[in-house]
Amino acid sequence: MGSLIETQAQPAQEGYLWTRLDELVNWGRKNSLWPMPLGLSCCGIEMMAMIGPKFDLARFGAEAARFSPRQADLMIVAGTLTWKMAEAARTIYDQMPDPKWVIAMGVCSSTGGMYDSYSVVQGIDMILPVDVYVPGCPPRPDAVIDAILKLQRKIERERPFAQLLSGDNFDEGKGSETFVRAPNQGVPTTRSHERLAPGSQVPTEGA
Amino acid sequence: MSTTAERVQPALAGLAVQSSTSREGTLTLEVPAAAAWETIRRLKETAGFDTNTFVTAVDRFPAEPRFEVVWQFLSSANAERVRVRARIGGTDPRVRTITDLFPGAAYSERECWDMFGIRFDGHAGLKRLLMPQAYEHFPLRKDFPHQGIEPDRLYREWDRVRRERPVNRDLPHAPQES
Amino acid sequence: MATTTKVFEYNRGSLEGDDPLHGELMELNMGPQHPATHGVLRLRVMLDGETMREVEPDVGYLHRGKEKTCESLGWRKFFVHTDRLDYVQPLMNNVSYALALEKLAGLEVPERGQIIRVLLMELSRIGAHLIYLGTTGIDLGAVTMFFFTFKEREALYTLLDAYTGHRMNNTYVRIGGVYADVEDEVGREIGKWLEHFLTAVDEFESMLSGNRIWYDRNRDIGVISKELALAWSLNGPNLRGSGFEFDLRKQTPYSGYERYKFDVAVGTRGDCYDRYLVRVEELRQSARICQQALELLKQTKGGEFLADDRRFVLPPKDKVRSSMEELIHQFKIVTDMALPVGEAYFGIESSKGELGFYVVSDGTSHPVRCHIRAPGLMNVQAIPVLMKDRLYSDTVSIIGSLDFVMGEVDR
Repeated sequence: MGSLIETQAQPAQEGYLWTRLDELVNWGRKNSLWPMPLGLSCCGIEMMAMIGPKFDLARFGAEAARFSPRQADLMIVAGTLTWKMAEAARTIYDQMPDPKWVIAMGVCSSTGGMYDSYSVVQGIDMILPVDVYVPGCPPRPDAVIDAILKLQRKIERERPFAQLLSGDNFDEGKGSETFVRAPNQGVPTTRSHERLAPGSQVPTEGA
Repeated sequence: MSTTAERVQPALAGLAVQSSTSREGTLTLEVPAAAAWETIRRLKETAGFDTNTFVTAVDRFPAEPRFEVVWQFLSSANAERVRVRARIGGTDPRVRTITDLFPGAAYSERECWDMFGIRFDGHAGLKRLLMPQAYEHFPLRKDFPHQGIEPDRLYREWDRVRRERPVNRDLPHAPQES
Repeated sequence: MATTTKVFEYNRGSLEGDDPLHGELMELNMGPQHPATHGVLRLRVMLDGETMREVEPDVGYLHRGKEKTCESLGWRKFFVHTDRLDYVQPLMNNVSYALALEKLAGLEVPERGQIIRVLLMELSRIGAHLIYLGTTGIDLGAVTMFFFTFKEREALYTLLDAYTGHRMNNTYVRIGGVYADVEDEVGREIGKWLEHFLTAVDEFESMLSGNRIWYDRNRDIGVISKELALAWSLNGPNLRGSGFEFDLRKQTPYSGYERYKFDVAVGTRGDCYDRYLVRVEELRQSARICQQALELLKQTKGGEFLADDRRFVLPPKDKVRSSMEELIHQFKIVTDMALPVGEAYFGIESSKGELGFYVVSDGTSHPVRCHIRAPGLMNVQAIPVLMKDRLYSDTVSIIGSLDFVMGEVDR
């Protein structure tokens, strides 16, 4: 997730020069976000519209859509992520070099959307760390541009040199864990639309 | 469609077929499962239905026989449709494939296997189409819950293997230990 | 040599004995994430040099369980899901589902409702073919096509936004008609845009049809004969490109299509270039149908656009708030709209082929089965047939010209 450190915890210890360098690095990073569009379904069309002529994403420096994760730093997950695809999505995220950010575009990637079914990941934050969520089905391209602008504000708050100076290695462990929550957060719910045939036996989960 | 019935009846002479008409007027033929392939072959070769629209199944749980396989065909010459239905039982449901007559039915039959667990004898390459190959359940059966049974199991397996794999952090020219 | 064969364990069988250059097939994975696969399609390609010996598509990376969802949600609430099937032509899917349900219900859509549906369907077809042009163009290197077609699509989206309230995934069709009427102003704007659009189509053709590179990359690539296309269940432009004039709008007219004058574009050779020409001509014919529909709308001004059957169609809101009977109807329809017992299938001519819904009802508000006959699945099935023994660079032309959308392939 870039090099975001809790900024409310303590003021910058490094001094004026390093914070100005932080600002310079952040300015460069935020204005040249190269998206890796993981266009999975309908939101992919609106993402293409965003890169298209009317809602020009090139104004924000983010037009260089690189489909290879090695060359990109912003992964826009646009569309429904299924469990069959989750492996590939996680691999792509791992292949992206630091600093990297993730935008969950649309409700399907934010929370699973209207698909509470047996094959859909209920939110990509079950398997990836997410920076900005964009609701909508699909969100208008302006909404996604707004998300990129919010991400730019978020990047402005990062402190890349603090970590460098503090001597910590960039911890690969952070962000490579899996955040799998149990489906429905482990809370058993009865759905009014659940229609099981009478007399059917359902094996219990995690038994 | 009376004209469809007129053309189809002579082609199906000798087969135990019950015809009816569905709500939108398509001739529907109810056949025993063992006679389905022969019926379809006659429809193709004699009655001129040259393209397969879909192959699917309906789970009639808890009624027995449990599954009902449905085939639909279209005659491109005169845009007529015909539907063939056959009931098969729930334990080890099998029916003969029609991919030798209609190669375009291959994926539909794989989907029936994937979603219902119905085997198609003679299908070259009957494996899952939409769910991962190692998936264990048949989702469209009526006793399978909508939200699934441990939908993330395969992913967690993959993730565990991924995290336990040792990562080599040495630079290529680093001195090798022992 | 011995160690080499051990490393490449996925040796799928040798071609000619010990020849080191041709002894093994290389498996190349065009993974689910790929710019040119038009969605999450995985192709396992067995290459002999640059020639593809075997191609195996792997679908299901966007399987969202729609058929199961229909069984859980019920007839009415599934309309929203039908948009997301072939998401480049959402209204077409809505109409297809509504037509199947209306067959079960025995409903007739009033004339103005049918005209509006035809208008929406043809606008969706235009949108879908523009996506085909744009994405296939950009995949084959004609990056300008992407921007030009998306500019037209943006104009289309603005019009749909003005009418339906949403740019895409509109869900504007109901059982018995459409949600609300087309206003005069919106109709006029659509008419103006259609005139401009016809000149835009000429511009697209001038950029691509005579273009040497486009021609070389599409001519005689991915040839399929009419008999093979029928055997592999292909419909739509894929079948018409092979020289067979089959259009469900003409053969089994629905929603009043017999009133409109339009031609059916048919190719000759069954290759990618003919399929491209068929789709471009369909753009023009769709614009022609839309213009006729707008004329008819002017003539039927003030007509009913929703059927009047209170078992399936919501009553107008002002009556709901004042009359007890309408309130009861509203309540019953929203909570528990049941369709009569029976089964029905209705296939329409979508931009990719025959899109149909096979619905089986047992008289309750939830289906026994709702199967979606997606043309995209048949198009993906034909990929190995078209790609056999061709060069690897033809994958992009063939995938583009088969034109499938993974939302409906995987459902």
